[in-house]
This record gives sequence, C-alpha cells and structure tokens, in this order.
Amino acid sequence: MNRTEVTTDGLKGARPDREATTGVNTGPGTPDLPTTARRRRGGERPVVPDAEFRSYYGQAIINRPVWESRDIAGYLFLGGLAGASSLYAAVSQLTGRRRSARVAKVTASGAAALSLAALVHDLGRRGRFLNMLRTFKPTSPMSVGSWLLAAYGPATTLAAASEVTQLLPVVGGLATAGAAFLGPGVATYTAALVCNTAVPAWHDGYRQMPFVFAASAASSAAGVVLAASPVAEAGPARLLGAVSGAAELATGEWMRKEMGLAAEAFDEGKASRYHRLSRPLLAAGVLGAVAGRRSRLAAAAGGAALFAGSALTRLAIFHAGLVSAADPRYTVVPQRERLARVGGETTRAGERGPGPGER
Amino acid sequence: MTTNPFAQLLEDADPATAAGWTDHPPRVGFFTDTSVCIGCKACEVACKEWNHVPEDGLRFTGMSYDNTIGLGADTWRHVAFIEQEKRIGRQVTGAATSDGDRGDDDDGHAVRWLMSSDVCKHCTHAACLDVCPTGALFRTEFGTVVVQEDICNGCGYCIPACPYGVIDQRRGDGRAWKCTLCYDRLGVGAEPACAKACPTNSIQFGVLDELRERADRRLAQLHDAGIGDARLYGRDPEDGVGGDGAFFLLLDEPEVYGLPPDPVVTTRDLPQMWRRTASAAVLLAGLVGASFLRRTR
Ligand code: SF4
Repeated sequence: MNRTEVTTDGLKGARPDREATTGVNTGPGTPDLPTTARRRRGGERPVVPDAEFRSYYGQAIINRPVWESRDIAGYLFLGGLAGASSLYAAVSQLTGRRRSARVAKVTASGAAALSLAALVHDLGRRGRFLNMLRTFKPTSPMSVGSWLLAAYGPATTLAAASEVTQLLPVVGGLATAGAAFLGPGVATYTAALVCNTAVPAWHDGYRQMPFVFAASAASSAAGVVLAASPVAEAGPARLLGAVSGAAELATGEWMRKEMGLAAEAFDEGKASRYHRLSRPLLAAGVLGAVAGRRSRLAAAAGGAALFAGSALTRLAIFHAGLVSAADPRYTVVPQRERLARVGGETTRAGERGPGPGER
Repeated sequence: MTTNPFAQLLEDADPATAAGWTDHPPRVGFFTDTSVCIGCKACEVACKEWNHVPEDGLRFTGMSYDNTIGLGADTWRHVAFIEQEKRIGRQVTGAATSDGDRGDDDDGHAVRWLMSSDVCKHCTHAACLDVCPTGALFRTEFGTVVVQEDICNGCGYCIPACPYGVIDQRRGDGRAWKCTLCYDRLGVGAEPACAKACPTNSIQFGVLDELRERADRRLAQLHDAGIGDARLYGRDPEDGVGGDGAFFLLLDEPEVYGLPPDPVVTTRDLPQMWRRTASAAVLLAGLVGASFLRRTR
C-alpha cells in the first residue's frame, strides 16, 4: 500500500519511517506535557514506597544468582572458619598451647579443602577451574580470592600434615605462619565478593559486611576450639568466642540498620528462618563460652552453638541476597529514592547516577 | 593495559581506549527508539538465528504478547509489551468498551500499547566485565562487551553483578551468555542481526556519538509533537554506569519496562569495599591475638 512516488524533486508521499510521531495531530485532545511539568516530587520522599512502585509484571530486574546455597553459602562460612582457625593455631602454638593449636590447624586445613571443593563444585565448567588463575584482576574479588586461596590452601595442608605427623617441623612452622598471615584476608575477602554485585541485600551492606564476616569467622573458629580442646587450654577460645559472638550479633544489627530497604529481605523466606535461628544460637554460644571455664559440657555446647550460629549468619545473608534479587521492589525503590535525593526530578530517569560523595 | 587497576572505573574515556586498544574503530552501539516499535519480534528471531541461541521455551505468560519474559542466557533481545489506559500524545484510539461506548468525544477510550526491545547495554563501566575472574569477558575494539566462551568457566559472578539482569548461565552448558552486539558481523562491517531485521528502524545501529545526537533530535521532535512522556534512558555518559552503549527512548518510567531507574556499576564502590575488608582483616587478627593476652589459661 505504499504510495511513495519518485519524482524529480525527490520522494513524494514517503512514510515517516523512524521519524513517525504516533499520536500527534490526530485529535483535539489536550497535549501531553513533558513529564517534568506534571510531576511534583520536590523534596517529599514517599513514606510508603509501595504506593509509587511500578514494575514489569512484577518480574525481577536483576538476574537471580545461580550460586547454590550449599556451595557458596558453605564457601563463605568455611573460608571464615579456616582463616580464623589458622590465625588461632599460630598464636596458640606461640603461647605453648599445643593441643588447641593442633585442633585449629586440622580445622583450618579441612575447612580450606572443603571450601575449595565447594568453589569448584559450583562452577558451570568444573574442568576449567584453573582458568581462575589465568589472570589477576583487583576489580574481581573472586580473582583476588582465587590467588589468595592458591597460596593459603597448600599452606594449611602443610601445617596440618606436619602437625599430625610431627615431620618437617620447620616447614610446618613456616606453613603455620604463612597460613596465619593470609588467614584474616581469606576470612574477610568473601564479604567484598558478595557485596560487589547488584544484589541489594549484599551490595547495600558493603560498609559493614566485612566486619560481620570477621566476627563470624572468629566465632566459628573459637567454637571448634571450645568444643574440641581441653578446658585448661581453651581460655583464649572462651574469651574470643564470647567477644566475637557478641560482635557478630552487634555488627549484624548494625549492617541491617544501615542498609535501608534491603534489610527487609532478612525477614522473608529462608533468610528469615536462618536469621531468626542464628541470633539465639549466638547468644547461647556467648553464654556457653563464659560458663565454659567451669564446665566442659557448657564449653562444648557453647562451642557448638557458636559454630552453628556463625554458619546460619552466612546462610541468612546468602538467602537475603536471593530474596532481594527476586523482588524488583528492592532494586527499584532505593534507586527511585536516590534519584529523588540527588536531583528531585526524573525527566530522564536513569540518567543520573550518584555523585562521588554518595556513600 | 593501564597500570592503575581501578583507572577504568574512574575514567570517562572511551572504553576501548581504557581497555588498552590503540588505533581502534569508533565506539558503536544501539539506539532503540521504542516509540516506533511495533512488537513484531523480528529482532528476537534474527538474534536467535544468527547467534545459534538455543530455544528456551515459548510459554504463555499472561504478560500481554510477551512470551520470552526477560533477557537471559538464551534471550539476547527481549520485546516487552505493556498495555496501559493512557493515550500517546493526542491519539484518537477509537477503542470502545464491550457495550460500544467510545468515550465522551468519540475519540475512544485511552489505551496504548508500549513495546520495547531490550538488549545488553554494553555499559561504559561494565560490572560483568569488572568482576569476571577469568578474563573471559572482555572489551572489544568497538567498545562492546563480549564473553569468550572458550574461557568462561561458569563461575557465575557476572550474573548478579549486572545491574540490568542481562547476562545469565545457560542450563546444561554452565557458561554465561549474552548479546555480543554481533561481534562477528561488526568484524566484517555488517550491522547486528537485530538492527538489520527491524522493519521500523526502532533498533538503530551506529557510531555511538552519532546515535546520541540523533536521539537528542528525536526526543525534541517528540516533545514538540506533544508526546511529553518520551525520555532517553542510558544516554547520559554521567550516569551510574558511565552511559550505555545500547540506550533507549522510552515512553514511561524505566521500571515499567523492567529496567532499573538508576543503575550503578557495583565496582564503583569496590575500592571502599577493599578498604573495609582490609580493616576487618586487621581487626580480626587483633581480636584473636588479644584473646591470648590474658594470663589465665
Ligand atoms: S548490561 Fe550487564 S551484561 Fe551488559 S555490559 Fe552492562 S553489566 Fe555487562
């Protein structure tokens, strides 16, 4: 039906093509004013964000992480357990606490090996796990972590093997020291790993999560030593367990208080279950650690509670991330609020990012 | 490669230059003008055909004419359909209710059907590329972002990193896949398959600077025509991802199309994450050390 004519003056009656203005000049209705003129948003922040919230059929904005809970939540936990245990082992050894040093070394090597296995297991192409060491990228916490683990893993194995077999004490000592040096980094870098995503309940906690992970790592390591070493040697573990258990509770609250809307993800689905369980366990762990001085049973129970509470902290964070990724509200509402804060108007929505001071 | 690893996060320079390319072609991209999209899905089909993207199910979703739901490993162009009780400009719709009522002035009831073909944004600061530990994701000489499938080990980190929900893992394959902006076609001077197939020129391929100018003219044209809803999305090099290589003209808020209203590349905050991680590590060491200070065993 195209009636375009080719004339000496060029095309006549050509279709407007991509210049088409659908809806113009076709009726007497009132013209549609630019969005700026119509919207009044200056200053006022929606008290009930849901009223403003719109989405594409409720579909998620970001894609759901494909990480398996067992693998990656497990990896976050085991890395923390290993890292803090290595540190504990070295200081134990230095202060002459041979048996708790042994417990911590074996724990560290086992947890490190398991965490590596979890990481490889979660890969879509397991045979290509060595590609992790193809390059070094500080912009990728996973790349940094892979290099860290490549050095740390073997050190824990050597330290534990030498401890158990009593062979090569010098090598064992060096490995123990090396693992202790890398341990704190292994325990905390995973916070940067999950925070460095667009997942609201992870990213929005980036200022506090490394501290939550540090405390949680110490809780789990102290928990194992408490449960598995003699009362006489476990003094430091009791103190550490009590302090880190309390710190884990406190930093967790701090993180959720600061992360805004995303904190609500901790009250939904599996995240809520893990979150609600972790807190009383940690509290019980703290009590057990304090009482453990007099009772071996209390120490063992407290240790187990700290260990479980720490694992549940990681599970809660992991699943809160999944919850916040699946619901577009968690992505849209804070971004809308940020736009309202920064510029007030959103004629060209999405055109304005936060300034460098937006921290 | 630049010596400062974070330079790429801070620079507003051309992304191909920032990635170390010298003497490269100008940055190219898409301007998707949704105001002329007719929802034919030729782009979806052309993309699947050209790139051998496997079938991933055509389901009844109840979401207007949308049966592909969103971008993912096996959907690199996705046409969104939104039905609204609203007019485009001064449109006479002629739409009647079931009892034949055509509204007060016989213009018909307000109704419009928004369609928009979504695609990877080929961000100036691309989170997927930043977080990729293997280097499988890389910046091409055209300034686009491409996954090298022979290197990707399926770690899955890019998936939650993308603020737009573009890249995803292919089931049964394990690797991450997304739009390549038809890297192979660009190499021989052809335009991407979707732009080639688009019958209305809603998908416009070209040199990014030219597309941005054209988009500004188009926006002014629509505003002059009384279509005040029109807005550009992802055009601004000052936004949270440094501007998109594939940007859009939309007729409603981005979230209505399933797009984030103010995306920010997560690695912008990474330097602070690293600092905080280092502090936490030091604190952890201090905490463990201090617990041994007491005399009692
Ligand atoms: S839109 Fe997502 S997948 Fe595309 S370049 Fe940006 S971060 Fe990567």
